[in-house]
Amino acid sequence: MSLISESQVILDLDYPDRHQATRALAETLVADGRCTDLDLFLSDVRKREEQMATGLPGGIGIPHARSGGITTPSLVFGRSRNGIDWGAEDGPATLIFLIAAPDGGGDAHLAILAKLARKLMRKDFRQSLSDAATAAEVVEIVEREVVNA
Amino acid sequence: MKFVGVTSCPTGIAHTYMAAESLEQAAKDAGHEMIVETQGSAGSDPIPQSVIDAADAVVFAHDLPVKDAARFAGKPTIDVGVKRAISDGPGLIAQAAAAAADFKANPAKAAAAAAAAPTGGLATKVDSSASLGTQIRQWLMTGVSYMIPFVAAGGILIALGFMLATFALGKDGPVLITAYDINLPKDVAHSIMDSFNPLSLTWWAALLFRVGVAAFGFLVPALSGFIAYAIADRPGLVPGFVGGAIASTTGAGFLGGLVTGILAGLVARWISRWKVAKGVRGIMPVVVTPLLSTLIVGGLFIVVLGRPIKALMDALTNGLNGLGGGSLVILGLILGAMMGFDLGGPVNKVAYTFATTGLATVGLATDAVQYKIMAAVMAAGMVAPLALALATQLRPKLFTEPEQENGKAAWLLGASFISEGAIPFAASDPARIIPASLVGSSITGALCMAFGATSPAPHGGIWVSLLFGNIFGFLIALIVGVVVMAAIVVALKSRDRSLAAANA
Repeated sequence: MSLISESQVILDLDYPDRHQATRALAETLVADGRCTDLDLFLSDVRKREEQMATGLPGGIGIPHARSGGITTPSLVFGRSRNGIDWGAEDGPATLIFLIAAPDGGGDAHLAILAKLARKLMRKDFRQSLSDAATAAEVVEIVEREVVNA
Repeated sequence: MKFVGVTSCPTGIAHTYMAAESLEQAAKDAGHEMIVETQGSAGSDPIPQSVIDAADAVVFAHDLPVKDAARFAGKPTIDVGVKRAISDGPGLIAQAAAAAADFKANPAKAAAAAAAAPTGGLATKVDSSASLGTQIRQWLMTGVSYMIPFVAAGGILIALGFMLATFALGKDGPVLITAYDINLPKDVAHSIMDSFNPLSLTWWAALLFRVGVAAFGFLVPALSGFIAYAIADRPGLVPGFVGGAIASTTGAGFLGGLVTGILAGLVARWISRWKVAKGVRGIMPVVVTPLLSTLIVGGLFIVVLGRPIKALMDALTNGLNGLGGGSLVILGLILGAMMGFDLGGPVNKVAYTFATTGLATVGLATDAVQYKIMAAVMAAGMVAPLALALATQLRPKLFTEPEQENGKAAWLLGASFISEGAIPFAASDPARIIPASLVGSSITGALCMAFGATSPAPHGGIWVSLLFGNIFGFLIALIVGVVVMAAIVVALKSRDRSLAAANA
């Protein structure tokens, strides 16, 4: 099962705030049919973000939600040169991972997202995504390290 | 060292796993072993108890209450939010190592922690940071989860006793079997202890029935005791159980048990927080707290609440006697509502006693009003457990896991006219279950009267159905009430669930 395709990679994600950035990332899911209700998904992500911002130390943002608007567990990867404030104490986020899970998805679907979440804690994984030159390279890294690992 | 941990977060797809990875990596980097149970949405594999027992310390990094936290009781524990584990795994591991070392260096402290472990091997579902409404619900849920096994064990034993009695003694076996008791010194012929015969089905039926009745005696005390326990931990158990037993004997039923449980918990918590002189401190948990809290709860319930409950029962009985000459359908409606209201409590008992007292009239015709009243009361009393069994079958997701299990037993309990099968549901969610039960039971009561079904037997449900008059009328009345109530329960629970989700 594919978690991400090249259209879900935005290497120059530059928006003044995280809500606009999230929308841009989420829109890539609609074109592929991974998301059937953009507004519902965005409001679910926003709800989670309002509970507690998902920015993490080290320039990471992981907006995410389980949503009825999502059909397939998906990852959208965004990289921002200037950084976008994601609520972390140590500064803006430069690597943004939008994680989308279908509502009530089976364990197999969610297990792959769990694997992804664990990978995000690995410095080498983050570094390789930070260094990736093309969208194809990002997809290849995720496929190798998460989906087929 | 060896550590174990639990991580959880609101969505259960990202932070839970990141925190687990962070902790496990940090532990590995510091030369320790660590296993983390991720209580997220991909399902969690519980850590084997042997691994937990061997651990030196526990790290909870969670935004949701830790499931089955009692498994970890008595260990030095670091308890933080999930984000701390992601941002500072190494710091938490260092803290856990320090706590473990401190624990080993002070065996006395360790023993005290094990003895005073908040859960003491019993689990509560209470999250002390939740809102008052949520906390009350969690108190009730804790009480209910400990009561359910009593309901299932007692109810199934009674139902099996009725079933065997039908085989052994014929179609009025379930009526005859209640003449048997555990110890009847003056009536050796019906005394199980004196005359039990392992080769006779009748005696086995009597044995099952009486053991089941004994288990049922604990319903309200266990409910009350464990509600109090959820509020006040161990000090709540004694006043809670005793208060519940008093609620039982005063006929206050499970609603009385909810009152004594909450009252006992609050009183015990209050007393156990008194600042007392050093000399007294040692005897507080063993003597002073249980003594005072039990006296207060039991005394208050008998003196303050006992009288109004009795007055209510008397007023209801007089009201029913006055209705005797009016429309039978309306009488059925009212009796049905009373049966469904408190499921074994004072109101239910008035309706049931009204019906059974009528049966004692000598020389009744087979279609006498008294038999119709009995049938309406019996059918109405079967509605709630059957409807909840149906609702848990149709929409299991609206119910907790123990409720779903209880729902399976409720089929048999309901069919045997054991209304108590519905109490776990009503006790944990009275605001939705009781209105639904009122509607369903009163419809069944009225319909049963309208169809003119009769029952000369005071209990037994389907096991005495061969004695019924117009059994099809009885069944149709029952099925309509059950379906209506199940629909209302599902509707109320789903509506409030989506409201809660929208507000979250």
